[in-house]
Amino acid sequence: MHRQSWFILLLLTLGFVFLYAPIVSLVIFSFNSSKLVTVWGGFSTKWYGALVQDQQILDAAMFSLRIAAISATLATILGVMAGYVLVRFHKFRGRATFSGMVTAPLVMPEVITGISLLLLFISMEQLIGWPQGRGLTTIIIAHTTFTMSYSAVVMRSRFLTLDISLEEAAMDLGAKPSKVFFVITLPIVAPAVISSWLLCFTISLDDLVITSFTNGPGTTTLPQVIFSKVRLGLDPKVNALATIIISIVAVGVIISSFYMRHKERQRQRDEQMAIRAASQMA
Amino acid sequence: MASDSTSPLRAGGVGKTGITRLMPFSTGLHALLLKLGLSSRNCVILVPYIWLTLFFLVPFFIVLKISFAYMTIAQPPFTHFSETGHLSLNISDSYGRLISDRLYIDSYLNAIKMAAISTVLCLLLGYPMAYGMARAKPSTRNILLMLVILPFWTSFLIRVYAWIGLLKNNGVINNILMAVGVINEPLHMMNTNFAVYLGILYSYLPFMILPLYANLEKMDLSLLEAAADLGCKPLKAFFVITVRLSLPGIVAGAMLVFIPAVGEYVIPELLGGPSTQMIGRTLYNEFFSNRDWPTASAVAIAILILLVVPLAIFQRYQDKQMEAAE
Repeated sequence: MHRQSWFILLLLTLGFVFLYAPIVSLVIFSFNSSKLVTVWGGFSTKWYGALVQDQQILDAAMFSLRIAAISATLATILGVMAGYVLVRFHKFRGRATFSGMVTAPLVMPEVITGISLLLLFISMEQLIGWPQGRGLTTIIIAHTTFTMSYSAVVMRSRFLTLDISLEEAAMDLGAKPSKVFFVITLPIVAPAVISSWLLCFTISLDDLVITSFTNGPGTTTLPQVIFSKVRLGLDPKVNALATIIISIVAVGVIISSFYMRHKERQRQRDEQMAIRAASQMA
Repeated sequence: MASDSTSPLRAGGVGKTGITRLMPFSTGLHALLLKLGLSSRNCVILVPYIWLTLFFLVPFFIVLKISFAYMTIAQPPFTHFSETGHLSLNISDSYGRLISDRLYIDSYLNAIKMAAISTVLCLLLGYPMAYGMARAKPSTRNILLMLVILPFWTSFLIRVYAWIGLLKNNGVINNILMAVGVINEPLHMMNTNFAVYLGILYSYLPFMILPLYANLEKMDLSLLEAAADLGCKPLKAFFVITVRLSLPGIVAGAMLVFIPAVGEYVIPELLGGPSTQMIGRTLYNEFFSNRDWPTASAVAIAILILLVVPLAIFQRYQDKQMEAAE
């Protein structure tokens, strides 16, 4: 048993080195003064300065942030509904199709989702004249569609572990189902809603392939700019940009995981107090 | 107890005046919707249902339709059924090209091969990692889990880009190896199939680890103790009990890696060489460089046909997981 755990520990360490070495190297070389990205020429922050002055990158970043915020909001609303339906409504016509449509976009190759959405938009434009051309609207629809699956999966697992007795109590006291949902259910699952929104936001912000299919000629998103730069070779500005993105994400994930754990402990304490109070009253 | 405990719950309905003010409007709307046969329950089902049908299901039929169209030099570059006046099914054109042109068959088979090998690589590295995580102390477990999830939140494109810096001829790995004196000439790693395997393994490893971890963490360890008591060697117990019981996790992880990897575009485009043809890359180039939309659609249909079985397996696992959780 001992020899086995030593082997596992070695592989675990190697695995994490493998996962993080490229990221660490990316961050280190963003502070490289040499234009040859992988040859160290001394410490410098000049690429960050160059990044801030690159209007093309800034415009693309603003465009991407706008798309991500809108589509994450839409996707989360739809995802909450879809997750709720999957957990609470067991019998309705077409349930199997519904659950298939909710989970399939998670694994569907992006080139397929991309081409099919583009052909849909073009057919719709020919039929009903909407959407006119491609750009913000079509990208938002595309991103909402494939990120809502992520949201639905997050919400589904949250609703599965949700104690139904509180809702039943409210129902017994005469609250309408819609009121129960907004006053009781939604506040309880709020942390999951937030993390679902953040997940959809980052996935949308990162998408290249589906965006390439559904974007028009007039606009470019941040991944499209990065991709066109990367295709030409290494670019220290991309390293600087990557470092900024990684820092924001790392700080965000660490803070939110501590916050979630804190909330979870608080909730457990509250529940225990409630149980104790109830047993004393009885 | 009854009379005491109801009062704080009643206090929960403080906003009563606000609610009553909205009452005529909301009941009116509600009545209207009910008249249309739409209870609030049906609305909740219908909104995501219609969205997904319109933007996920219907598009596949449009792809199917266009894969039978002719390519024209126009905008958009394909013919319409309405223009010819009759339904001209054009099987020989785009599908014929798929079969006759070696490029399509080769990149199709190559994509299957590379996705399958990458899936096995992910399993070989991901399984011991998930196992080690599941057997770690609970406090360490959460940190390790966070470390696996963290790269998933950072940009996929940037993580692939990071490998270019490592693998290039004058990249970090070659520089280190040459400085240490292991090699005299740089190893050619960039723009090879090796780089693509590495890129897929790197990008999809978390997708393999997470379902495996979820499965292994729940495993009943007393089964292993019982096996040991009965004289079963640890290694045998590992394969007979642990691996056997984690089979659903293995299947889920394998599908999460294999299905998207088959259609991968970014990794072969950035890390692979010109000879690294994968069907997703072929489709993308067919669409954007050659502007042959009917053939690109036919390629998409061919990929979908390949993925029907894996998708069904993935779906069954999802359903089973739901049942188990309920």
